[in-house]
Amino acid sequence: MSSLETGIDITKVHDDDHAHHEELSFWRKYVFSEDHKVIAKQYLITGIFWSIIGLAMSVIFRLQLGFPGIDISWLRPILGQWIDESGKLDPNFYLALVTMHGTIMVFFVLTAGLSGTFSNFLIPLQIGARDMASGFLNMLSYWFFFLAGVIMFISLFIQTGPASGGWVVYPPLSALPQAMPGSGLGMSLWLVSMALFIVSQLLGGINYITTVINLRTRGMSFNRLPLTIWAFFITAILGLISFPVLFSAALLLIFDRQFGTSFYLSEIYINGEALPNVGGSPILYQHLFWFLGHPEVYIVLLPALGITSEIIATNSRKPIFGYRAMIASIIGIAFLAFIVWAHHMFVSGMNPFLGSVFMFLTLIIAVPSAVKAFNYTTTLWRGNIRFTPAMLFSIGLVSLFVTGGLTGIILGNSALDIQLHDTYFVVAHFHIVMGAASAFGLFAGVYHWFPKMFGRMMNTTLGQIHFWATFVGVYLVFFPLHYTGIAGFPRRYYTFTSYEFTKSFTDLNAFVTIAAIFTFLAQWIFVWNFFYSMFKGKLASKNPWQSNTLEWTTPVVPGHGNWPGEIPAVYRWPYDYSKPGAKEDFIPQTVPHSQTPESNLPHENEEIAIEKDIEAQNFNDQFKNAH
Amino acid sequence: MVYIIGILTLVFLVLTVMVVARLRNVVKGVNAGTEETRPENIPSGNRWNANLFILFTILSLIAVVGTHIAAREDLLPVASSVHGRRLDDLFWFSMGVLAIPFVAVNVVLFYFAYKYQYKPGRVATYYPENHKLEIIWTAIPAVVMALLVFTGWRAWSDITSDAPADAEVIEIVGKQFNWIARYGGVEDNRLGNYNFKLIDAQNEVGIDLSDESSLDDFTNNTELHIPAGKPVLLKIRARDVLHSVFIPHMRVKMDAVPGMPTKFWFVADKTTNEIRAELGKPDFDYELACTEICGRGHFAMRMRVIVEDEASYRRWVSEQKTFLQTYPEYLAKVPDNLKSKAMKYLPEPTAPATAPADSATAENAGSAGAGASASVR
Repeated sequence: MSSLETGIDITKVHDDDHAHHEELSFWRKYVFSEDHKVIAKQYLITGIFWSIIGLAMSVIFRLQLGFPGIDISWLRPILGQWIDESGKLDPNFYLALVTMHGTIMVFFVLTAGLSGTFSNFLIPLQIGARDMASGFLNMLSYWFFFLAGVIMFISLFIQTGPASGGWVVYPPLSALPQAMPGSGLGMSLWLVSMALFIVSQLLGGINYITTVINLRTRGMSFNRLPLTIWAFFITAILGLISFPVLFSAALLLIFDRQFGTSFYLSEIYINGEALPNVGGSPILYQHLFWFLGHPEVYIVLLPALGITSEIIATNSRKPIFGYRAMIASIIGIAFLAFIVWAHHMFVSGMNPFLGSVFMFLTLIIAVPSAVKAFNYTTTLWRGNIRFTPAMLFSIGLVSLFVTGGLTGIILGNSALDIQLHDTYFVVAHFHIVMGAASAFGLFAGVYHWFPKMFGRMMNTTLGQIHFWATFVGVYLVFFPLHYTGIAGFPRRYYTFTSYEFTKSFTDLNAFVTIAAIFTFLAQWIFVWNFFYSMFKGKLASKNPWQSNTLEWTTPVVPGHGNWPGEIPAVYRWPYDYSKPGAKEDFIPQTVPHSQTPESNLPHENEEIAIEKDIEAQNFNDQFKNAH
Repeated sequence: MVYIIGILTLVFLVLTVMVVARLRNVVKGVNAGTEETRPENIPSGNRWNANLFILFTILSLIAVVGTHIAAREDLLPVASSVHGRRLDDLFWFSMGVLAIPFVAVNVVLFYFAYKYQYKPGRVATYYPENHKLEIIWTAIPAVVMALLVFTGWRAWSDITSDAPADAEVIEIVGKQFNWIARYGGVEDNRLGNYNFKLIDAQNEVGIDLSDESSLDDFTNNTELHIPAGKPVLLKIRARDVLHSVFIPHMRVKMDAVPGMPTKFWFVADKTTNEIRAELGKPDFDYELACTEICGRGHFAMRMRVIVEDEASYRRWVSEQKTFLQTYPEYLAKVPDNLKSKAMKYLPEPTAPATAPADSATAENAGSAGAGASASVR
């Protein structure tokens, strides 16, 4: 990794400004680093590692679903005993793969990999801060995540297999080791890993919130924040409120498993004996789980939407349409996210009246979501679009967000959910709207901010090919699953050969598997492009996309403290693209209105008067204060 | 189905050709050093990508329509319950309403991407907001949602309302990995009490024989028989972990929860024979599946569902062997005051002779149960 920094003279920064900072050792600089940019890269690379594992798992179980009983003995070197003598995948391990795929993709890739990477990287750079409020907590956050990952990774290789009760790990299945092999040690490791992961998220979240509130540079008022920061900020609040609830759910499950309590267990007869537990409720777990689980969807999605807002505006060379409406819809979605959780439980046996209430609340979410989709589309209208890979992925995200979001309106309708609950319709819905859309946000972000991360450009053509292969691939994989879902195919089935009503669509399932393999292979274009460009890519300029936000005013690769010398002040919102009268089609946030009389709108001329006040402020520079 | 594959393969092929063609173009451009004069900030292949959005729109519209037509036969299974048809109408109505924004927004999005691609000399329009427009497109989804919610809520309230008093009550119990149906009995048609502590290898659902109503109850773990044209109330419970009752043709789904009985009522209105004739499949059967992950055998918890007219349903019920008939040794568990009543549900050669024997057989049964469970473990 050390070669990443070659060619960038960071020592100069130190000489100029704070010569008292000593050069850090390799370990402090790249491993136990407190620098937000290094931590972001650690999150990103860990996220890429996990996404390869998570996607590879999906390919293995898709093979079984597309070609039931297929001989996969060539995988025996990796899967060992989980492949039986005839080369078939073990049904228990099929469930383990499904469970681990979900857990890894939702938590390790799309929560940590997406939010962890871009909140860390962009918050200080876009609000004009030297670093996070607490570099130490930030470092801890990454290492707790790392430890969670190590434990989850170990659980893949134990005798009884990893947790296998679905990523939601509903008790009693997950509470009783005798119910399935995966509910033994694998489940214990899952719970420990998730507990550590939650700690990591909380440490990160507190940091993001504090940083956004306290460390904005001069002039960076909340109504001048880029939408990325708004999204990260609200996401962090969501996580901070909801993750502790998952923690308590997990804790009670640990109690039930280890200490004989009955929070979730009641009246159970299993393996020839009646258990002593009475009075618990499995439904309680579902309420607690989904109180996190639903906001989690938005924890995953909102950062992607924030990233998209930024990239679409930059590459359309237009201000984002309805900046305030975008903020309002983020806040609206975040608020509603907390009061819709039970739409995952319409047929769980809870009181039907609750179902009615949650149906009303759920369908309200469609309104702010629709506003976002319309606003993105309008931002493209009469733009001057540059199809960078980041822009392509952002447009793809909007399409996926619309397509996947609309089926949510069907599933949020409790009456229609009766037939569709736990079928492939649900699988199609959330993979498109939450999985693929968020992954597209992740790709868009990497392509867009790669130059700022590594000082080099990723290959554009490869990026475009990667986009088209992924975009087409995602639709080919998930669109057909709506059909099988409507036909009633249940989720988490090892094979569809046991029932009459699942006898159809065998060729469609085979097709989906082939499309999944194609899409998986296409991701290696990205992996290659990423690592190759890191070392051999074309050298980047300071502001390759001609963007307005603050991170592009830093050196090509920002050093410790991000800006040599003073942190710039901010005078305008981040979306002054193609302003009538302006010399260029972008005006960075650091350009005062007094310098652009030719393009100022009437109310902006009034702001010239307060520029002096903005410059006079200087209370947020961590380097200026004693530390 | 062949069409689906055909159309989608076509999409694949065309896109592959496009990509390859484009790659060649790029290579040519680089070799000749004559790639169009474009400013440094405009990504290479800008126009190609814009064109691909149009191509993608056209091909995907064809694919969506084509696959829909091809798959239509295999979509929603024929609804065979009264509320099922109502839900189907609601489903297709909602899908129809949602298809409009699905097509419109995607098409407009891709069209804008194409239309407003970079052109030298063009300046984008500075257009940061338009309150009127924003209010309109906040209000329209809100109104449409209100409509969908209202129709959905009406259906939901009706479906989840209390079952009519004359409903046929059948208990369905999920366990790893099969279903067990229990009926109210050959005579009193009332389900007796149960207790999970009474479960053993024979008494799989924990029938409490100290309840008078239990004496003539009978169970079946391969078939669920229900009468047509009459409300059926399923009382649903689970023995070990969560399961979920799913009868696709009836649009019935409800979780089975250990410790918390749930229920679902519906009116099946097509007998098995009628649906066989309708579909032209003489060996068709309704099925009951599990839709909540429950372990290794989750994918194979099939139970046949047989819908017959009420008369033949009654006949079938009256012909069943009660639990006590199958396992007479359980007479020992019947309290003394009910013993005489229980006698008539015992197998024909009932005799006082069994009385002294049953404590012993019950014990045997108990130890057999324990032995069986040990071997399961």
